[in-house]
Order: sequence, then structure tokens, then C-alpha cells
Amino acid sequence: MTNPINQPKVLLADDDPDYLFQIRFALEKNGFEVHSFDNQEGAELFLDSAKPDVAIFDLMMERDDSGFILAYHAKRRYPQLPVIILTAVTAETGRKFNHGEYNPDPWIKADLYLEKGLLPETLISYVKSLITI
Amino acid sequence: MEMLKVLVVDDEPGIRSGIDRILSKYTVGYPFMDEDIGYTVYEASTGEEAIRIFHENPPDIVLLDNKLPGMGGVEVLEYIKRNQLNIEVMMITSFASLELAVKATHIGAYDFVPKPFTPQELRSSMDNITKHLFLKRMTQKMNTEGKQIRFQFLTVLSHELKNPLNAIEGYLRMLKERQAGDQLEAYDEILDRSLNRVKGMRSLIMDLLDLTKIESGKKNREIQPVDLMRIARISAETMGPMSIQMEVNISIDGPEQLIFNGDPEEFEIILNNLISNAVKYNKPGGFAVCRLMTEGKQLIIEVEDNGLGIPEDEMPVLFREFARIKRKETRNIMGSGLGLSIVKRLVDFYDGTISVESQQGKGSLFRVVLPIIG
Repeated sequence: MTNPINQPKVLLADDDPDYLFQIRFALEKNGFEVHSFDNQEGAELFLDSAKPDVAIFDLMMERDDSGFILAYHAKRRYPQLPVIILTAVTAETGRKFNHGEYNPDPWIKADLYLEKGLLPETLISYVKSLITI
Repeated sequence: MEMLKVLVVDDEPGIRSGIDRILSKYTVGYPFMDEDIGYTVYEASTGEEAIRIFHENPPDIVLLDNKLPGMGGVEVLEYIKRNQLNIEVMMITSFASLELAVKATHIGAYDFVPKPFTPQELRSSMDNITKHLFLKRMTQKMNTEGKQIRFQFLTVLSHELKNPLNAIEGYLRMLKERQAGDQLEAYDEILDRSLNRVKGMRSLIMDLLDLTKIESGKKNREIQPVDLMRIARISAETMGPMSIQMEVNISIDGPEQLIFNGDPEEFEIILNNLISNAVKYNKPGGFAVCRLMTEGKQLIIEVEDNGLGIPEDEMPVLFREFARIKRKETRNIMGSGLGLSIVKRLVDFYDGTISVESQQGKGSLFRVVLPIIG
């Protein structure tokens, strides 16, 4: 039983309500305290009021680059905050992502890019690896 | 004014200067073009010179005499075709070589003008070849643009289909691994959500089929006298359950009967889409009214609501496929994103127009105007 005080905080933003449901479920099962939003604005407001231990942002929400915008704001406010960006289709960004590819572009402020077809368990293990760094 | 480059290849200087005189003052305009077209004329006296010019300063059109010293006109034509040069060819032929002229057109010359020709005959031939050139280029341009648009469409489409598939797969996995425990009730919400996504995918695929049928022109149209009031009432009934759920009141306003020549299925689609939008993009207690009327030689269909309205930046893309700009209020509204683009295409079938007036937060009014023929 995880001590609630030690639960790492995850900020999760994705506009697909079912994806949000499933990832939240997996994260909570693994002892994370989840703050989830189905829009960019909600996640931004959260960042202003609290500091998460890790953030997971869907790339396309209200805007096609919502994820990038959120990552930028998050890193500006909390430079050490690990950020994961999720993308549904490789063609979205015109870049080929492999699982676990680390950030090749310094101006895009994310630590990891992952594809959404990924198993929740695999996502969780990436999240855990980012927090223990 | 757009200038086309015309190369005149003839060994007789009189012919060359004659053509130059006729064409340099000539301009052509077509209804489908924004600008008039003029001609910049230059000359060559042999086939070999012409070929050199094709590479140094390629013309759009070449007026080619078939009787040339050295390399003949037909050889030059063959050169153009073999090297796939983007040059339209008009053969200038002496009357006795009609057979040769026909042969040339088989090889790929667009047309021929027999000598001696009057200025009017030359201008007339130039008209034809110019129009042909323009239509050919427009088609090539549209094909390239068409391919780009199709690619974008397919990319967005695959995204729209992948999302529900991923969601359903995720839920099935949760079920398979009993991630919510052994009690079946714990999975009720998961099952409902999955079924919802299935419904969404089905609606998307059905709309896609409609769209493809319309686009490809393969839609079977059954034009017959149709009572639009009856279709409107059926549409309102179909939307009944949704309107009750959304707490929006639907009403139909119009004469007892309104007969119009058209395909009943198409009008069902138009009315269903417009009325369902009026109900979906609304608030509890709101209304959606569908009005049908004729005004002189026009049929008017209006669907008005006092719902969420449409923001200014959405207006230009409203009738485009998948153009749903996600806003806070509309985030949870289900839909394929194809409804309005389908409606617009159907309205186009009838040579009609569709317009919208809207204010964010106040509501929207969609107006379809179709000409009454006969």
C-alpha cells in the first residue's frame, strides 16, 4: 500500500476521454497521483498552481501543437520537470519516432516522444525511469 | 496580361514576319480565365535552329512548317515528343500535304493550319490551341493539388479512425487482464465506453461512404417529385431521442406540403445533418427550428438554433472535411466531422447555395437556397 504522501504527481493531458481513462487507470494502479485534463488550457492552469513530478502531454488537442506549447510552458516554469509528449500518428509531426527516442531538437522541450499505440504498462515504465533519474 | 511564347519555324521570311505581325497584336480572353493572353513571337528558319531554341528559350507553342531545309517539320515534332518537351505544336502545312498534316496530328501535333491562310484563320487556330494549352495546364495543376489534398484528408482520416481503435483495444485488454478485478459490474463503464466508440466509428465510415459516392459521381440519383415537408417531419422524428436527451426542442415550420424535384435520400441527408447539428451544438432548453418555403423561383431551407454558435475563426473552414475546431464547449460533441462538407456537396448538385449566420454563444442560422427549375 503506497503511502499517499509519497505518491508522485503526474500531470496528464489528452483530449481523447477513453485514452485519458485508461492511462489514468494504469498510473493510479501503479501508485501515482493523477491530475488529468482533456484540454490544453486546463493543464496550463494546473501548471500555474502546482508542481507535478512528471508530465504527459498529448500532442494534438485544441491546437495541433498543444503538446509542444504545454511542454514549453512546463519547462519554463519547472526546468527539471520530465516531460513526455504522446503522438497518435507518426505523420502528424513528420518525424519518425522510435520507442524511447530521446529529444533530438533542443528547442522542443520534451524529454521523450512516445507513440500512443504503446501499451500502458510500457508507458508506466518510461514514466518511472524519468522520475528516478 | 499573360504572355505565351510562340516560336515560328518556317524557311520563308515572309511567312515568319506575316505571322509575327498577326499575332503580336492579338489577344485572347476566355470566361474561365482571369487574365487575357498575348503572344511573344520569335523565329527560327530551320528545324535544327528550332531544336537549339527549345533548350535555350523554350516556347509554349511552336508553329511548325513541315517543309524545311535539312531536318523536316515532322522530324522536329518527333523530337519534341520523344524528349517529352512541354510544347504545343501547330503544323503549318502546304495544302497539298493534307495527308502529312493528319499524320502529324497522329504523332502529337495539336492541329494544323494549311497555307495559304488568312489572318482570321490563323487567329482562330491560335484560339483553339491556346485554350487547349490552358486547360491542360489547369488539369495538371489540379491533379497535383488534388493529390496533396487527398493525402491530407487520408492522414486526418487515419487519425480519426485510429483513435477509437486504440481506445477499444485498450479497454479490451483491460478486460482480458481483469485489471478492474473479477466482478463483471466493474467493467460496465468500460463496455459502455467501448460501444460508444464503435458507434462513432460506424458513423464516420457511413459518412465517408456518402462522401466518396458523391465525390466519385457514382451516387445513384433518383430525381422525382418529393414532399420536402414530409422529409423534414421524418427528420425531426429521427432526431427525437437525441433532442430529448439534449433537452432541445425541434420544430418544423412550413406549408402542408412542399413538392420539389429531387432525390429524397439527398434531402434526408441534408436535413438530418443540419437539424442534428442544431440539436448537438446547443444547450438544455434551447430550440432548433427548420423552416421550408418558396420565394419566387427559389426553394429556401433554414435551420436555426439558439445554441452555442460558431466562432469567427471557424467560419472559413466550416464546410471542410473534419474541420471541427475543438473548443471547450464542443469538445464532447460526437460527430464524424464530415456532415457539413457532405451537405455542401449535395447542395452543389442542385446548383444551390448554403450560407450561415452565427454569433458565438447566441446561435446559428443555416440557409440553403435551391433554384426551382421549370
